[in-house]
Formats: sequence, structure tokens, C-alpha cells
Amino acid sequence: MEAKKIVIDPVTRIEGHAKITIDIDKSGVVEDARIHVTQFRGFEKMCEGRPLTEMPALTARTCGICPVSHVIASTKACDAIMAVRPPKAARNLRRVINLAQIVQSHALNFYHLSAPDFLYGFDAPKEDRNIFKMMQTHPEMAKDGIKLRAFGQKIIQELGGKRIHPEWVVPGGVSHKLEEEQKENILSQIPEALEIAQRALAFFKENIHKFAKEIESFATFDSLFLGLVNKKGALDHYDGHLRIMDAQGNILEDGIDPRFYKEYIGEAVESDSYLKSPYYKPMGYPQGIYRVGSLARLNIAESCGTPLADAELVEFKKINDGKPVLNSFYYHYARLIEIIYGIERIKELLEDPKSMEENVRAHSGINRLSGVGCSEAPRGTLFHEYDVTKDGVISGVNMIIATGNNNLAMNAGVKQVAQAFVDSKNITDGALNRVEAVIRCFDPCLSCSTHALGIISSHIEIRDHNKQVIETIARS
Amino acid sequence: MIKEKVRVKTFKIDGIDVTGQSNATLLEVANEHGIKIPTLCYFEGLTPAGACRMCLVEVEGSDKLIPACTAKIKEGMEVTTNSERIKSHRKMILSMIFAERTHTCSVCVSNGHCELQDQAVDLGLDHSEVPYIHKVFEIDASHKEYIYDPNRCILCTRCVRVCDEVEGAHALDILSRGIDAKIIHDMDEPWALSESCTSCGKCVHVCPTGSLFEKGVSATEMVKKKSIITNLIKTRKER
Repeated sequence: MEAKKIVIDPVTRIEGHAKITIDIDKSGVVEDARIHVTQFRGFEKMCEGRPLTEMPALTARTCGICPVSHVIASTKACDAIMAVRPPKAARNLRRVINLAQIVQSHALNFYHLSAPDFLYGFDAPKEDRNIFKMMQTHPEMAKDGIKLRAFGQKIIQELGGKRIHPEWVVPGGVSHKLEEEQKENILSQIPEALEIAQRALAFFKENIHKFAKEIESFATFDSLFLGLVNKKGALDHYDGHLRIMDAQGNILEDGIDPRFYKEYIGEAVESDSYLKSPYYKPMGYPQGIYRVGSLARLNIAESCGTPLADAELVEFKKINDGKPVLNSFYYHYARLIEIIYGIERIKELLEDPKSMEENVRAHSGINRLSGVGCSEAPRGTLFHEYDVTKDGVISGVNMIIATGNNNLAMNAGVKQVAQAFVDSKNITDGALNRVEAVIRCFDPCLSCSTHALGIISSHIEIRDHNKQVIETIARS
Repeated sequence: MIKEKVRVKTFKIDGIDVTGQSNATLLEVANEHGIKIPTLCYFEGLTPAGACRMCLVEVEGSDKLIPACTAKIKEGMEVTTNSERIKSHRKMILSMIFAERTHTCSVCVSNGHCELQDQAVDLGLDHSEVPYIHKVFEIDASHKEYIYDPNRCILCTRCVRVCDEVEGAHALDILSRGIDAKIIHDMDEPWALSESCTSCGKCVHVCPTGSLFEKGVSATEMVKKKSIITNLIKTRKER
């Protein structure tokens, strides 16, 4: 048999644009498979020369799904350069808006992007694998998805003034305090949001047995896990220190101040993708593969810190007998637990009297010439690092976007799924859908991570042993 | 010194009979009668510059459009302030202003409080009619309190005029011509090194866009206090 290459382009139901290539050797076996991020944006360069205080608004434009995450990391980098610690109320409120972002983004991935696969199976006709079909067959579930996403978005609007790209989070804190009426508006929506999240979790757990083969092969491999934890080793999406854990559960690094991230994380560049390939420096490239995001966060955290999420975390930890869960399919499970955590924690934070204090902003000039802002975005650990002149003009920017951290893991996952499901003699739509679905596990946000020249979404290319494309499956 | 005799002149704006003092400009008379003519470089109390051409109007008997801010009124003249021709010219002028520099409203300190943005909204300009140039200028953030971003400057010269006519410092001026033109301090020194700047901030508060702004403000936060300058000019005149 002649060697060939399969190209999936575009990859569908993800945020951003990518293509996948699958190389088949002469014996008909999948030799390699890679994800190529086909868009370039260049935020690191375009921000140079701009005033520091413009950075939160500017870098928020990296993404329309998780702008709040960028605003958080960016304002934290600005805080570092100003050498200020925002008042407690501001820190609490920043946490609330960051969690609202995580809840809405996780809800988007579960209901709008991934649930069609769970409801109809990976082999269902592609015209059925979407939220519109879900609206016909499972209208209540579709409504839940819309409501849960709206819950997060409304909090962002309530606090930030608008749902996308709010300007409320500013260097030094937030621009205005929380009013009692706003607090009550948000709190009144908590019970329904929690009910919806618990229904989603129950649905997932009832149906997970149907996907045994996917669980086994969807990016299931040894890797490191990276994320933020607080002083107690519990889940933290806003502050804390970095922890790195290996596949056996050994903590390799702990208590790392995020401003020293470069000592631990290296950045490699591949010629076939605009996405950086970060790696754990002590292990080198590409061996230093690590995963970030909900799965990594729950693997490295000892607890969540809220009752319902903690109860579920106990169940989660049982999957691999207390050791890190290595199957990326469980990103879905981890996201659902994080939604519950997010809702519970938002309630706690709003009920903290300190959140209502008047002082919400620290004012200062330029006191340091560089600063790092690090937070947990829905898709993982996010780093913004800025260098400034003594006058506060940006002279250098480095951003490691959450999705970028998972680049090596996504590539390994795509290869694993292609080897498990793609039969070169009979390339089925279901097999190709699984190749895309493994990427969906990571919920990548590719527009973000390449910091687009807007080309419509993604394709699968089949290439022969000479790397010549012999078949392309294009989607739009 | 014998004062010039001021007479009253009568003429029509948009078919409405109006009167004004003989030394008044068309724009002043229109404003007194509540007739709105869009402006950008004009600032009440400062010498008109006629720089932006947003206030162009038609005068019966002339093919040329004339700027209402500098044109003196004439007895019996008939002025049209709003027609398809004028609207088209204003849109083109605005397009050229937007295209020449980098006016990205979404990240601007003056977003929501910007006269250029307001004019675009009023005229229904949803895109530039000419290609964007995006010429890049270095910002001057050397001053301890203020920043000058030439990328958002529309060269209205309000800052130059207020510094000269109200503050009396004349610390600002314009360097170069056309697309290269920018506001400078003294002999093109960094703002912090200007020996004539009094750091009064009047230039910042008359600036119609986010070109001159206070340090430390984030997107949307720069609200200009124009009334302070207007009141200052008025009070001085009344003394």
C-alpha cells in the first residue's frame, strides 16, 4: 500500500483555527499526527511602545471567549510593575469575575462544543453533532447550557459593565466598588446555576461508561501537570504559587513564585505551527511535556475548598487511586467540578463583608521595570510578562497562553487517537471526529494562544511517505 | 484707541432669519441660535484655526465650501449647514482623520468620551472611506503626570492655542507637515525636559481625543474637564 497523509481542516467545534495532518506509512499504519495552528496574531510585538495602563484593554482583545482571564493576568503584571497589592475588596472582586469567566467558558465547552458527542456518539452523522440538534432532542439540556453560560456572562456584565472586554479590572484593583444591589442580583442566581451544574455532572457520570475506548485513548499518557495552588495546596485560580507534579503524583516543584516562571518553563517553536511549545526546562524539549487546565488543576490540588466541589474531588481522585488522572477525556469531568467550585466560591466571596469595602484601587507610578502576572484561565495557567521603560512604556512582552502550555500534549493526544481509530483502508467520519474530539478535550482557544488572520476554521490532511497530500477533508 | 463700530447683520442659516454682530463668525451666530454645526478643532474662547474643516458650510452664490469657525458673517448671506454634499465632505474628512493615525477606540483612554468618536457616530461613519495608513509615532510619556500619544492626534492645535492664549506659556507647537506633523514641546524636547511647560494640564483637558491624557488612567477612564478651561476664558474676559 502506498503511504498517505490525511488532513482534517478545519478542526471543528473549537475556538480558533487549526488543521490536523495524519501521516500514513507504506504499511498503512499511522506514523505521525500533528495539530497545526494556522493563525498568527502577534500581540507580543504590537504591544511594544504602548503605555502600561493600556495593556489590560489591549491584551483582552486576544480573545472574545476569555478576555477576563487576560485582563486579570495583565493587571497583575501591571500591579507588579507599580509594586502595589490591590486592596482586599479588589482582590475578592477580581476573583469573582475570573471565576464567572471560568464558569461561562466551561459551560460553553460542555454544552455547545462537546455534549453533542456525548449525546449522539462519536460515530453519529456530523450534521447531528451540534447544539441545534440538542435543542430538538434534549431542549432542557440545551436551555441549561444557555442559562449556565448566561450566569457567568451576567456576572461579568454586572461587575464589569459589559459581557465581553470589560474595562472594570484596572491596574491597582478595580475601577469601582461593588454595590449591595449588584451583590444581591448575583446571589439570587446562584441556586439555579448550582442545580444546572449538578445536573450536567450527573448526566456526564451516567453516560461516561459509553466511552471506555475513548477514555483509554484520548490523550492518555504520562505527563507532568502544572497549575496554581494556594498556601494550603488547594485550588486557586487567581493567586498562589506554581506546583508541578509528575504522572505518579510526585511533586517536582512547589511554592514557585510565578515571577520566576522562566526558570522552569522553556519555549520551543515548531516550523509547522504558530503555537509555541512550552516545556518543563529541567527535562528539556520535547520530553518536558506537561498539561495545564482543569484536569491538571484537580490533579495537583489537594482540595477545592468548597463543600460540593470537595465531595466531587474525592470521587475524581478515585479514578486513578489517588494518583494523577492521566486520561484527557476526564478534562470534561474536571471542568464540571470546576463549574460547581466556581459557583460555590463566587457565593462565598460575595458574602465576605470585605468584598463590599470602599477602597478598591491602589494608585502608583512605575516602581519596577518588569512584572509578571499569572492566573488560571479556563484552559490553564496564563502568564503575562511586561518590560517597561522608566516612563512606563512597554518595551517587551512575553505571553504564555493557557492553550499553548498544552501544545505538546495535544500533539501527543492527536497521534494517540489517530493510531487507535484511523484505519487507512477505511477512513470513517467517526474516526476523524475522534481525532478532532481529542483536541476538544483540551478545550483549546487557538485565537488566544497565537496571539487571527481570520481564515475559516480547520482540515484533516492525509499525506504519503513523501509528505505529499493525497487526501484532504475540509470543513467550514 | 477708538473701538471699531460694531453693527448688527441679518442673514439666513438653513432658511432661518438670524442676526449677529458684524465681527462674529458664522459658527458663533449659529451656536447663539441653537443651530448645530459639527466641529473638532474649534474650542470656545480660543482663536479659531480652521484646521479640521468639519464645520464646512455652503454659502449661496459660492461653489466653495467655507469653514464656519473662521468665516465672518455678511449681510444678506444665505448659509446651508447640512446637505448631502456637506455630509459627504464631512464623512470624507473624518475618514481621512481616522485613516491617517491609529484610532483604536476599544483600547483608548477616551473611549466613550471622545469628540472624534462622537462625530463618527453622529455622521454614521461605520468604516473609513479611505485605506488606513496607521503611521507609527513614538509616544512621549516622559512627563510625570501626562502622556502625549501622537498616534491619536488629529492636529486640531487646541493644545497649542490654549497653552499660548490662556496659559501664556506657548510651550507647544507643531513640527513637520502633513502626515509627519506632530505636537512638540519647546524645540522638540521630551515633555519632561520642557522649560516652558508649566504642567498646568490645560492642553490635556482641551484635547478632543485620547492623544493627551493623564498617566495612570486605563481604557475609557479619561474624562476631559473642558468646562474648566471655558470658564477660565470667560471669567478673564469679564474682568
